[in-house]
Amino acid sequence: MRVNKKLLALAVSAAILSGCSSTDEKDGGVLDGSQNGVTDASTSGYATDGSLSGEQFGSNALGNNALGANGLGAEFSDPANPLSKQTIYFMYNSSQVQQDFIAVIAAHAQYLVNHSAQRIILEGHADERGSREYNIALGEQRAKSVYRMLKIQGVTDSQIEVVSYGEEKPASDGMDEASWQLNRRVEIAYQGQ
Amino acid sequence: MMIMFVRRLMLCGLFTVLLQIDAVQAEAGLTIEITKGVETAVPIAIVPFGWQGQGSQAPVSFSSVIQADLSRSGLFKTLTERDMLTKPSAIDKVRFRNWRALGQEFLVIGQINEVSGRYQIQFQLFDVYKGEQLIGYRLTVAANEMRRTAHYISDLVYEKLTGKKGVFSSRIAYITTSIKANKQKLYKLLVADADGFNPRTIASSKEPLMSPAWSADSTKIAYVSFENKRSAIYVQTLATGKRTKVAAYRGINGAPAFSPDGSQLALTLSKDGSPDIYILNLNNRLLMKLTKSYGIETEPSWSPDGKHIVYTSDQGGKPQLYIISSRGGRSTRLTFDGDYNARGQFSTDGKSMIMVHANRGDYRIAIMDMATRTINVLTAGKHDESPSFSANGDMVLYASRKGKRSVLSAVSVDGRMQQKFAFDKGDVREPAWSH
Repeated sequence: MRVNKKLLALAVSAAILSGCSSTDEKDGGVLDGSQNGVTDASTSGYATDGSLSGEQFGSNALGNNALGANGLGAEFSDPANPLSKQTIYFMYNSSQVQQDFIAVIAAHAQYLVNHSAQRIILEGHADERGSREYNIALGEQRAKSVYRMLKIQGVTDSQIEVVSYGEEKPASDGMDEASWQLNRRVEIAYQGQ
Repeated sequence: MMIMFVRRLMLCGLFTVLLQIDAVQAEAGLTIEITKGVETAVPIAIVPFGWQGQGSQAPVSFSSVIQADLSRSGLFKTLTERDMLTKPSAIDKVRFRNWRALGQEFLVIGQINEVSGRYQIQFQLFDVYKGEQLIGYRLTVAANEMRRTAHYISDLVYEKLTGKKGVFSSRIAYITTSIKANKQKLYKLLVADADGFNPRTIASSKEPLMSPAWSADSTKIAYVSFENKRSAIYVQTLATGKRTKVAAYRGINGAPAFSPDGSQLALTLSKDGSPDIYILNLNNRLLMKLTKSYGIETEPSWSPDGKHIVYTSDQGGKPQLYIISSRGGRSTRLTFDGDYNARGQFSTDGKSMIMVHANRGDYRIAIMDMATRTINVLTAGKHDESPSFSANGDMVLYASRKGKRSVLSAVSVDGRMQQKFAFDKGDVREPAWSH
């Protein structure tokens, strides 16, 4: 029960934080300058067959989190445990975390604090309405909302990476509000240990 | 009748190299269908070109290509071959009164001769009523330049008769996605002729590719690739296939746009926090931060003189278009109509701007007169995006939804003419028209 109280306290602090608008983005060293400089890429052979050696990465669809492969514990697959929820959903054109997900984020924060070597990628997504690059920005704002909540609860910068895919990787291909709801999301992708 | 073909030489040079790059690609076809035409289309007869060489006909039917081009513009009504009484290929065989009787206002004739592996092409455009020649050219090209040359003839005819540059020999870049057998998505960046022929894949990845942007001289394309599981901007030279990674900062690397002189790239980076517009000097790699708000700033577009940049910002709460000097300074809000205006792009004369314009979740393409700031909605919605001007400013190419699929369409800026670009399968989006 002590743990739960702690979670609740975290949830409260997170609730306050989640009210932060994007105007706070530049506070608190959200980004710690580990930027890649401008570099040239060697692309010999690229033009001839036009193929790149990319590979599938992260979770493309809901519930598709290769948990076993990441060696994560049973709590991640227990539906009663908030850690089993790794997708945070958002309202239309909003990057504000909804009340329902505060406890979920708090649970992940606590897990990450307790497993300081564990790294995650926060993948921000948007529904397909509107322009694509604007949706990239919107997806990033969503991921950063989650990022700020994790960080204030003690997760370190080095554990989190933010990537926005905008509307490029929809969870659902449908053209209705039900699908769009599923697409406006941040996926917490645990990285292999 | 011999006239210098400087521009053609440049185009054909590029074309030759392009073919070498992606000769392997035999991509599924793209067909263009006119869904709404202009009633006042001008009647013109394109007579099948004469042929002298090996085989019974020329490797490319020039008259078919030119007919398709001119019809597709919506401004011309071409006479079918069946309705032609005669098919002259030289001036001394032309009887203008026959063409007048058929109600034709203009006439194109031509002749193709094979000369030691190359092709000598000549054509003439006549005013049927005056019975006089308007233009005439003769040129010699290689086999792989034939189709492009036919498009170039369409450009010349179009320009002579409308006073506006033709865009038939321009190209379009676009992104496709398809699902492979293993259910994995495959993203491709393709470049095709303006009529959809000769599609060539210039990049492909299992991770998203997006935001293709042409350089003004049409020799390079900048685009965003997630191939390394995070975004990066590449500039690729079409002729060689060589590419350079120009931005791979932490956070967003997006929305590249070449300056009109090609020396700079406007782009969106979020390395310092929120997404802002930057200008990257492609020669010395110096980066200048142009906008500094705490909200979203993205989708930069250069004015044709390079002095201004229009971009999308949510600093007023919702996405709207703003304009700023490309040297920095204060920005001015441009759009007030509608609750969502994004992805502005200038016409080549700088007099108008196209954008994604939405009211209550209905996304359409709109055009704004820069002098009066009035907005006209051009498309029916509800999910239209990625508008791209043709070089002559007459047409706008954009992406829309058809059921679950994303398709390309084009509309004339006066809204009178519409075309649908139909691909065999898969999603196609983010069209960018070369200039």
